[in-house]
Amino acid sequence: MDFDLSEEQRLLKESVDGLLADAYDFDARKKYMKEKGGWSKALWDKLAEQGLLGLPFAETDGGFGAGAVETMIVMEALGKALVVEPYLATVVVAGGFLRHGGSAEQKAKYIPGIIDGSKTFGFAQLEKNSRYDLFDVVTTAKKKGDGWVIDGEKFVVLNGENADTLVVTARTKGGQRDKAGIGVFLVPSDAKGVTRKGYPTQDGLHAADITFTNVEVGADAAIGDPENGLPLIERVADEARIALCAEAVGAMDESLKETVEYIKTRKQFGVAIGSFQSLQHRAADMFVALEQARSMSMFATMASDFTDAKERSSAVAAAKVQVGKSLKFVGQQSIQLHGGIGMTMEAKIGHYFKRLTMIENTLGDTDYHLRRVSEGGGLLA
Amino acid sequence: MDLAFTKEEIAFREEVREFFKNNVPPEIRRKLQEGRHLSKDEMVTWWRILNKKGWGVTHWPKEYGGTGWTTVQHYIFNEELQSYPAPQPLAFGVSMVGPVIYTFGNEKQKKEYLPRIANVDDWWCQGFSEPGSGSDLASLKTTAERKGDKWIINGQKTWTTLAQHADMIFCLCRTDKNAKKQMGISFIVFSMKSKGVTVRPIQTIDGGHEVNEVFFDDVEVPYENLIGEENKGWDYAKFLLGNERTGIARVGVSKERLRRIRALASKVESGGRPVIEDPAFREKLTACEIELKALELTQLRVVADEGKHGKGKPNPASSVLKIKGSEIQQTTTELLMEIIGPFAAPYDEHGDAGSNESMDWTAQIAPSYFNNRKVSIYGGSNEIQRNIISKAVLGL
Repeated sequence: MDFDLSEEQRLLKESVDGLLADAYDFDARKKYMKEKGGWSKALWDKLAEQGLLGLPFAETDGGFGAGAVETMIVMEALGKALVVEPYLATVVVAGGFLRHGGSAEQKAKYIPGIIDGSKTFGFAQLEKNSRYDLFDVVTTAKKKGDGWVIDGEKFVVLNGENADTLVVTARTKGGQRDKAGIGVFLVPSDAKGVTRKGYPTQDGLHAADITFTNVEVGADAAIGDPENGLPLIERVADEARIALCAEAVGAMDESLKETVEYIKTRKQFGVAIGSFQSLQHRAADMFVALEQARSMSMFATMASDFTDAKERSSAVAAAKVQVGKSLKFVGQQSIQLHGGIGMTMEAKIGHYFKRLTMIENTLGDTDYHLRRVSEGGGLLA
Repeated sequence: MDLAFTKEEIAFREEVREFFKNNVPPEIRRKLQEGRHLSKDEMVTWWRILNKKGWGVTHWPKEYGGTGWTTVQHYIFNEELQSYPAPQPLAFGVSMVGPVIYTFGNEKQKKEYLPRIANVDDWWCQGFSEPGSGSDLASLKTTAERKGDKWIINGQKTWTTLAQHADMIFCLCRTDKNAKKQMGISFIVFSMKSKGVTVRPIQTIDGGHEVNEVFFDDVEVPYENLIGEENKGWDYAKFLLGNERTGIARVGVSKERLRRIRALASKVESGGRPVIEDPAFREKLTACEIELKALELTQLRVVADEGKHGKGKPNPASSVLKIKGSEIQQTTTELLMEIIGPFAAPYDEHGDAGSNESMDWTAQIAPSYFNNRKVSIYGGSNEIQRNIISKAVLGL
């Protein structure tokens, strides 16, 4: 048992923290958000240059063969700096589908573009009525000749407006909530019949609602088994949740630091407000919440390698519950302890709160995952 | 980073489990599972079994009977002990006064006291808190005045756990009234059979008798019973309280209780179905299990850190253990209360005896709920813990 980072992991952490410290302060972030698409291609290229976009891919695919811990390190750093670039959608999610389900041809076609930073992706999964159930799919993929025809509507697709390629979940057979009959398809975003309506999200990222009308793709568009894609979808969704937990820990960590710094310097009644015990105890409770979340983020990171899918899902769901509770407390109290200034767009603290809030509602909120663990027989079993 | 136990650690866990399975008297295990109090004889019998195996004072240095285990082995041992469940070693002797004696005591004191602590030949109790000195312990007023080769001790201690069984007490006494409050305190040990020592029981809200008031009226104690240096007692007290950082989370205790909750909730019916099938109850239970998993991981982080970097610089996460550990213990007792609902009401005045076979399993649930309010108060209340985090960790 060892919680320390290896020498290589420590160096990775130093390099990503260093890069973001130089290139991603709050003012730089504001600048990046005003660029085309709402994020910085130049920054993305820097991530590519440092090898960060190729981390999880096998060396034979041109990557570094890094594991879950490395992704955790990067996501925590991205969370601290409130990075708006599409790492999760491109490297973690699309990369995950390709790594775990892609054919040799698909890997060769798509992975190099991720690693060198030239291509980004979006995950078109959420539907009007699906909420958090990954198997609740109405969008259809019908066989036509060798290929497929995709029809349906997807919502809040992160990086959907900018993505070169969309990873789309679609039903190849069965009814809306059948667990069998779901496939995963790679669809070029400029394919005929794809309509995208993009918009900024609450936390400064960008997303799109996307309509697929008679979109024709080849047989090579399907990742894995088009009639039984749910296990793959669940695995990649778990990896995305693990990454979100780490990002949240990074954001909470920084949020608490900023808050403690603020109450040490803000004076009222002639003294620093951090000298008041009610505020000290609140900050202490924020620390407790953060450390409990950090522990579960580590637990989930380790769980990504569990061979038993049920065990993995239960561990990841448990982590999302703890992180969800912690982020709500830390996020809300960070604003409270900042007082009026915390309510303003100019202060960084509110942006942590907004990102944290959106993380809770991505790929299952606290109640959703609590129910999953509960219905699965609990965590001790 | 690797959160799995090594092969050796897993083998060690098996060895520990096997030993408990073959050596913990079943009656003791049953009583603990049902939240009953054990008699002095039962506890001492078990501790001597442990000591015979060489596991009485596991974390002491080898020369005084310790095991030389790694921090992870200590963790595993404690976890298995708590979750079996079997009685933990008597903290006052093994975890508190023992380490003070082998660290600050003289050779004669080590020879005289340590083997007797290990075998529980002496039952020790702790003389720290006083009626006017709880969280503000350094304001204590009990005095020890030197007269020739003797101390004359006067004053009162309170919340003295299981003093009714005790042979010996370690006591913080004021030995210099003119010094600043932390500076004039000495650490003195003496026999509870000394003339002038009176023990008065305090009945707690659960009806039990765990704690006592202890009065000292001109108690004569040999001067050589001073541990370490005169007026340095506060340093030793801080050392003592900082010594057991990880055991305080009591993760194993809560684990065992959660297993019991699942078992009982599957048996007891409410609304025509087992309580466990009520989604609201089940989600509360699951939420508690998740909190405990997080705490277990936090505890492991602290343990691994101490193993690697020594105990000198505490891991900041260690201050989380007391707060969360106590909250979770209290939640488990609340969940038990929910399971039995209206059947929590009957009060058995002799519930403590534990030998009455006619008492069913519900008897100790309400008392245990009432009793567990103590865990966020003792050992430095949770408010004191928050003070520690805000000062020592956050620098406020």
